[in-house]
Amino acid sequence: MSALDTRSGEPTHYSQIWTFRTPRARLALWAGWLALVALFVWCWQVMNEGTLWIFVADAPDQAVDIGSRMFPPKLAYLPELLMPLWDTLNIATLGTLGGVILAVPVAFLAARNTTPSALLVRPVALFVIVTSRSINSLIWALLLVAIIGPGLLAGIVAIALRSIGFVGKLLYEAIEETEAGQVEAVTATGAGRAQVIHYAVVPQVLPAFWGISMFRWDINIRESTILGLVGAGGIGMKLQSSIDTLAWSQVATILILILGTVVVSEVLSARVRRALI
Amino acid sequence: MLTIDQLTKTYAAGDTALRDVTFRVPQGQVVGLIGPSGAGKSTLIRCINRLVEPSSGTIHLGETDLVNLGSRKLRQARRRIGMIFQEYALVERLTVMENVLSGRLGYVPFWRSFTRRFPGRDIENAYRLLDRVGLIDHADKRADALSGGQRQRVGIARALAQEPELLLVDEPTASLDPRTSRQIMRLITEICAERQLPAIVNIHDVPLAQQFVDRLIGLRAGRMVVDDAPERLDEAMLTEIYGAEDWSATDQDDDDPDPDGEAQGTLRLVGTAT
Amino acid sequence: MTPNASYPRRWKRPPQLVTTRRWRLALPLLILAYLILAVGSLEVDVNRVVEGLERGARFVQGFLQPDFTSRWGDIRQGLIESLTMTLTATVVGVLISIPIGIGAARNLSPRPVYLVCRAIVAVSRSLQEIIIAIFLVAMFGFGPFAGFLTLAFASIGFLAKLLADDIEEANASQIEAIRATGASGWQLIHYAVQPQVMPRLIGLSLYRLDINFRESSVIGIVGAGGIGATLNTAIDRYEYDSAGAILLIVIAIVMLTEYGSSYLRKFLQ
Repeated sequence: MSALDTRSGEPTHYSQIWTFRTPRARLALWAGWLALVALFVWCWQVMNEGTLWIFVADAPDQAVDIGSRMFPPKLAYLPELLMPLWDTLNIATLGTLGGVILAVPVAFLAARNTTPSALLVRPVALFVIVTSRSINSLIWALLLVAIIGPGLLAGIVAIALRSIGFVGKLLYEAIEETEAGQVEAVTATGAGRAQVIHYAVVPQVLPAFWGISMFRWDINIRESTILGLVGAGGIGMKLQSSIDTLAWSQVATILILILGTVVVSEVLSARVRRALI
Repeated sequence: MLTIDQLTKTYAAGDTALRDVTFRVPQGQVVGLIGPSGAGKSTLIRCINRLVEPSSGTIHLGETDLVNLGSRKLRQARRRIGMIFQEYALVERLTVMENVLSGRLGYVPFWRSFTRRFPGRDIENAYRLLDRVGLIDHADKRADALSGGQRQRVGIARALAQEPELLLVDEPTASLDPRTSRQIMRLITEICAERQLPAIVNIHDVPLAQQFVDRLIGLRAGRMVVDDAPERLDEAMLTEIYGAEDWSATDQDDDDPDPDGEAQGTLRLVGTAT
Repeated sequence: MTPNASYPRRWKRPPQLVTTRRWRLALPLLILAYLILAVGSLEVDVNRVVEGLERGARFVQGFLQPDFTSRWGDIRQGLIESLTMTLTATVVGVLISIPIGIGAARNLSPRPVYLVCRAIVAVSRSLQEIIIAIFLVAMFGFGPFAGFLTLAFASIGFLAKLLADDIEEANASQIEAIRATGASGWQLIHYAVQPQVMPRLIGLSLYRLDINFRESSVIGIVGAGGIGATLNTAIDRYEYDSAGAILLIVIAIVMLTEYGSSYLRKFLQ
């Protein structure tokens, strides 16, 4: 205190009001929140224009009803599900494989440091990635079932098309993050373009590549379980037919099987990723 | 022999990195390039193998005009120029052997390098080089398993695998401890002497440079301001390169400054003491 | 160094991934066997596919020459439903996920609360949105309200998990310092945890907004309202030009939200 006094030579009087933000910033903040609340209320009203609240009020009864019909799950239904499950796994695996194979060239064309032309090729590659990413695999499946008919093939192609964007995006980001020094060093030896990519870029992105592929495979297992809802094969078709016939105990069995598969694939994918990186 | 004439580099943003740099490097001479950060040392080295495109001027390696080469001819010319990097720039996830063999990439077609089937002669030579830099037992290790000094030795072996006519060395000791730095500098100069290789070593440790190189070129803001034998470097020249600074103050224990011999004596001392 | 020693003229890259010889031989064989089996179980009707290719060409054409006008009423309705349920579901999801996220953080919550909250997170995350939507449609009837509930439920799992992980990673010494001042539990959250986690929470909410919109274009397929229902109808009727228009709108909005949210995140930090 004394040190302060001698230095300033003024009476020590400090303001007792302290605010976290300037008044204007606080005002803006409150206005922002108010706008959000207003927007929410408005959206809520627009959304619920057609909502029949009788049905909503009825929901607990419905839930109890469905719950009681689901229990106990019909375990005798399991053997019938094994073949569709195998199909589902194939959709996910072959779809991932196809998606990854297609995504690799797209990623190299989209990465700023490997693209042959940042002006012409890169935007096209980025558009492919955005298109594939914005459209859910179920919508791809819907389209493909309409185009090439119901079945596994539609599911595989749907998964592959959706995977291009995911794998392509993460992979091209990994390529752009490679150390420029290593690339420069290999270039300086007089290596050709393809050799530079193969010796300097590929080794750097390989771990990321395996990680991304396994991660996508794991996601694809989840997604392929429901593709059958629109006719693209696998266990989802059984789900659809069970729901259509209101066989809720079969639905319960299917859900348990799906959950089990998802958990196993998640553990497997995490393990493989850890081993590879 | 390398001849650089009136080399100028202006970056797209308008900064001039090099201005009318002219010098010759005869067979077997090791040139140290010193100067403050941003003086254009790195740019100069990269202009020679055209990792950076020069704006004007000429660079000749022997009879070849390096500035006006098409991409195919440029790759052939790059094979003749070995480069050693700051931070080693090894491909970390490849084995030591692959890193050394990558120095041969300009000589083998893509499919051979793709399947890793390099000619027997190249492999034999790679082993010989690894033995020369003292790493023959590490050939199958991954590059990221090596220490800094070892990695830089691999970098040297990679550059030599090209059987170059010129070595470009960019801050070879920037990330090494003092003892390893000296070992690396010694190795580079020894090899240059063995093979009569000319070399340009971009280095910011002046005492280290003085001890190992045959000639010092000082750059300041893209201009050559000093070109002399290392033992003749004095305070005036250092001020010319780096700007005003009390150069004798590097030795704080000395109470009896002797301006003339001081700069050199002190610099030498620092060089050996660290 | 031995000057005249002879050096090997052959070098083989040591195996990097699979180091045991037996697995190196077995693995490709196993993969090959699987591929043969898997591809063998595909039943591809070649005629149907060839026939489909022509239809595919028509779809691509529809995509290139989209028809926005003839079904504009349906598209507009679907878009409004999608957008409103995206926003409301995200807001509600964020609000609910905050207490659950705090509850699911090991360093703040008592053990029983932690376990309950983690269980909620696990259930919400492991169920597909579509499957949730099927149940909620069965319970609440068709329409965007079921979609709103679906997206809100899925958002809770997603946000609470990331939030809890964030809180667990938050700087422990700062929490300790505030705790040492004698602060109560709520003060602790307000002063030590919130400032550290808040920017991330805003970023995650915007990210989830993005995901919710994408999902809202799908759950309509099972009757939960939104643009997905319109799309489903268009494809069922083979109106590929309308379907193309819807997809283009979806892509445009996804790009817009992605740009917008990354801009907003930068602005808020």
